[in-house]
Amino acid sequence: MAHIKLTVNGKPAHAHVESRTLLVELLRDHLHLTGTHVGCDTSQCGACVVSVDGKSVKSCTMLAIQAEGVHITTIEGLAAADGTLHPMQEMFREHHGLQCGFCTPGMVMSAIDLVESHPEGLTEQQIRDGLEGNICRCTGYHNIVKAIAAAWPIMHKKQMPQAAE
Amino acid sequence: MNDIIKGGIGDSPKRTEDHRFLSGNGRYTDDLNRPNQTHAYFKRSDVAHGVIKSIDTKAAAAMDGVIAIFTGADLAADNIGGVPCGWQVHSKDGSPMVEPPHPVLAQGKVRYVGDAIAMVIAETKQQAKDAAEALVIDIETLPAVSTLRAAIAPGASLVHDDAKGNVCYDWHLGDKEAVDAAFKQAFKVATIDLTNNRLIPNPMEPRAAIGEYDISSGEYTLHTTSQNPHVIRLLMGAFVLHVPEHKLRVVAPDVGGGFGAKIFHYIEEAAVTWAASKIHRPVKWTCERGEAFITDAHGRDHVSHAELALAQDGKFLALRVNTYANMGAYLSTFAPSVPTYLSATLLAGVYTTPVIYSEVKAIFTNTVPVDAYRGAGRPETTFLLERLVDIAAHTMGMDRVAIRRRNFIPIDAYPYQTPVALMYDSGNHEATLARCMELADWSGFEARRAKAKARGKLRGIGMSTYLEACGIAPSAVAGALGARAGLYEVANVRVHPTGSITVFTGTHSHGQGHETTFAQLVADQLGVPFESVEVVHGDTAKIPFGMGTYGSRSLSVGGSAMVKAMDKIIAKGKKIAAHLMEASADDIEFKDGKFTVAGTDKSKAFGEIAFSAYVPHNYPIDEVEPGLDETAFYDPKNFTFPGGCHICEVEIDPETGTVHLENFTAVDDIGRVINPMIVHGQVHGGVAQGIGQALLEQAVYDPEGQLLSGSLMDYTMPRADNLPSFVVGTESTMCTHNPLGAKGVGEVGAIGSPPAVINAVVDALRDYGVTHIDMPATAQKIWSIINHAAPRMAAE
Repeated sequence: MAHIKLTVNGKPAHAHVESRTLLVELLRDHLHLTGTHVGCDTSQCGACVVSVDGKSVKSCTMLAIQAEGVHITTIEGLAAADGTLHPMQEMFREHHGLQCGFCTPGMVMSAIDLVESHPEGLTEQQIRDGLEGNICRCTGYHNIVKAIAAAWPIMHKKQMPQAAE
Repeated sequence: MNDIIKGGIGDSPKRTEDHRFLSGNGRYTDDLNRPNQTHAYFKRSDVAHGVIKSIDTKAAAAMDGVIAIFTGADLAADNIGGVPCGWQVHSKDGSPMVEPPHPVLAQGKVRYVGDAIAMVIAETKQQAKDAAEALVIDIETLPAVSTLRAAIAPGASLVHDDAKGNVCYDWHLGDKEAVDAAFKQAFKVATIDLTNNRLIPNPMEPRAAIGEYDISSGEYTLHTTSQNPHVIRLLMGAFVLHVPEHKLRVVAPDVGGGFGAKIFHYIEEAAVTWAASKIHRPVKWTCERGEAFITDAHGRDHVSHAELALAQDGKFLALRVNTYANMGAYLSTFAPSVPTYLSATLLAGVYTTPVIYSEVKAIFTNTVPVDAYRGAGRPETTFLLERLVDIAAHTMGMDRVAIRRRNFIPIDAYPYQTPVALMYDSGNHEATLARCMELADWSGFEARRAKAKARGKLRGIGMSTYLEACGIAPSAVAGALGARAGLYEVANVRVHPTGSITVFTGTHSHGQGHETTFAQLVADQLGVPFESVEVVHGDTAKIPFGMGTYGSRSLSVGGSAMVKAMDKIIAKGKKIAAHLMEASADDIEFKDGKFTVAGTDKSKAFGEIAFSAYVPHNYPIDEVEPGLDETAFYDPKNFTFPGGCHICEVEIDPETGTVHLENFTAVDDIGRVINPMIVHGQVHGGVAQGIGQALLEQAVYDPEGQLLSGSLMDYTMPRADNLPSFVVGTESTMCTHNPLGAKGVGEVGAIGSPPAVINAVVDALRDYGVTHIDMPATAQKIWSIINHAAPRMAAE
């Protein structure tokens, strides 16, 4: 058993974990943050994506003991304290980018990283390519792609550059 | 219902359920933990067929954290039954299907890779898993049959000793003599041999179950990932655990997608519930994805031969179909109905084919049980029919659109009696075809083909004009056809004293957005704000009864039950309003949330009537009971018949064989639309699954019965970069026999799209002499066709 300390959604957290415990198990089973989901066992589906030190990471591919000292944001940590949704969450709602909701937390976390890492703009094809690691079985991705494109100008506080359209 | 009111029918309010899903506050079964909970892990067979010689649990039982280990012998000793099949089909000769027992844990033999042998219960999931590894199980391997062809071969190994030739049933439908006679008159005959590829549903949430037993009350509770908790309660209580309904509660909380795979009663549900009563602690099981691949019921897997007799003018004279359907190792809950009553009954499609004959042999194999997957039987029939119609056009030298139009059931022929039992109530195939062709710019295609050719690409276009059947009904008819349950739906509309409303529905939402759609329906009909209606589903302790959600039935059947319950609310409200306004109840009109005395300006708001019903100080107490809470059961008069036209345009790179989807257009006739945003979303998702079937997905077993496509790294799920944006439209006629006019939308996308895709691929490859390509049309398959055909073409 190892004792690890980290920051989750802006608050200090700690847990005693086995060396084989995955980061997603730490979040779900030890810290009771069940918004992050487990959809597969081969790091394919992306339902477990969280932000680790600002980068999107599949939390099933990282051991809990590797998370010592890191800053993690999960889906529970995105909305403002008053419940106001993050623009990406709001655009998923606005454009019906979710149905059963199971892939949604990972999809939203990946989408935020995708938009943040493309300040120059995103084409539809870039969005589709950027979602390669996230599987949704409900939506056919149509409305997810729309939601991400709609979130870009809000998150970057400017119009999407024409060339990227 | 003509004017769209805010939050009412026809409006697209954002979904009520979204905030919790988007903020990580969904409550799926695996998110729940019960006090003093234990964890189960199932040890499963890693061979497809064998005799269990011995199970040694000693070393495993001594491991850290292990609480109990149960095997088939423990269940047999406690008189626990097998999981039942919910639909009985009879063979041609009148004999019932062969229905082998499906034990909760294997009894003597294992019959597929994934068959559960033992359940290990420990303090943690890891401990249970570690202990399962220490079980010593000796299995004498028997020869396995892992495909339809292997199972029907002479001398094939038998999955069940009493199923001779591995045949479960040998069924037929239609007039064989009339079909044979019509074929003698045929000008030409179009034929096809095809395989409808085996699919793995893969809802993103893996299955999970938590069983609990309260020793003080003797009550059992099961939380499970189900599309139909009441059905699970009925099947598990009555047939497996022998627990009466009043002692068994089944809860299906937020469920992360179903697509059919979560309809069925699975052995794990019964195992954890039973085990909880043995160890007097809650028992939780969560499926891993690899485990889901070998335990969730698979879909499709039919092999068919079909012939269409044609007259000189292109009219269809007769259709003959012979199908083998894979049942897997055991009969899953509704498996027998899929290739028969949900499939062969739709062989008329949208066409006036006067006589049809279909034969279906259901076959056992040493594979995961096969059952309903989005569309269930209707995608199989639609694929066969719409491919055959394209082949017929080719055979006759006719245009693909012209041959369809020549054979369409004309709009004035409705209601239309088909030769395969079903009576269609409404439809307008010309309208959906015309609109879809317009949206897809069908007439401009040849110019796009020429441009693609100039770029060295092969461009093709294809369509399907389909019709399907939803809301299996009426119960009496379904019962006569072998269903072992009623197929009605239940709604309880509870108006609270201050006028807010809770609606309890027996349907279940696992992505469909019922919490929004049903609230719109109630808001519209009772004239109350959308926000003041709460929809409750998924708990047998709260909802009187229900059959759940499958077969696109929730609005047409469940919504109709709600309308019936609201009619009762309004009728009672009129009596209360009449008393309050000193008028006759016959003179009270209800509109826009107001009870008005006809021809006067005297009125009472809905909320005032609700308050009066619960605070009956000035009240017609001799005539009406207090309270405003009504329940209705709705048994549909007929199936509903959604239909439409799907058009797909593809471009193939002849260098690689890769298919690129250029455009996909769907125009569906789904009857009344409550929320267009949600309806379009349902079509998008269904189309994506249909495209997945057509181009990407395929469950593959090796000859020994090992599932080769057993993970998300081996089984190709559609991803965002495999799909285009879709063009979606509706062109609706109303269902004539339910109060909403609703037909259903959940499955149309998955039913209409696969033949449109393959018809486009075949069209793109027309210069290579291709008339059919089986799904999935992978790059490898197409590259082989191109490269094997090219030399022959050169030689010609």
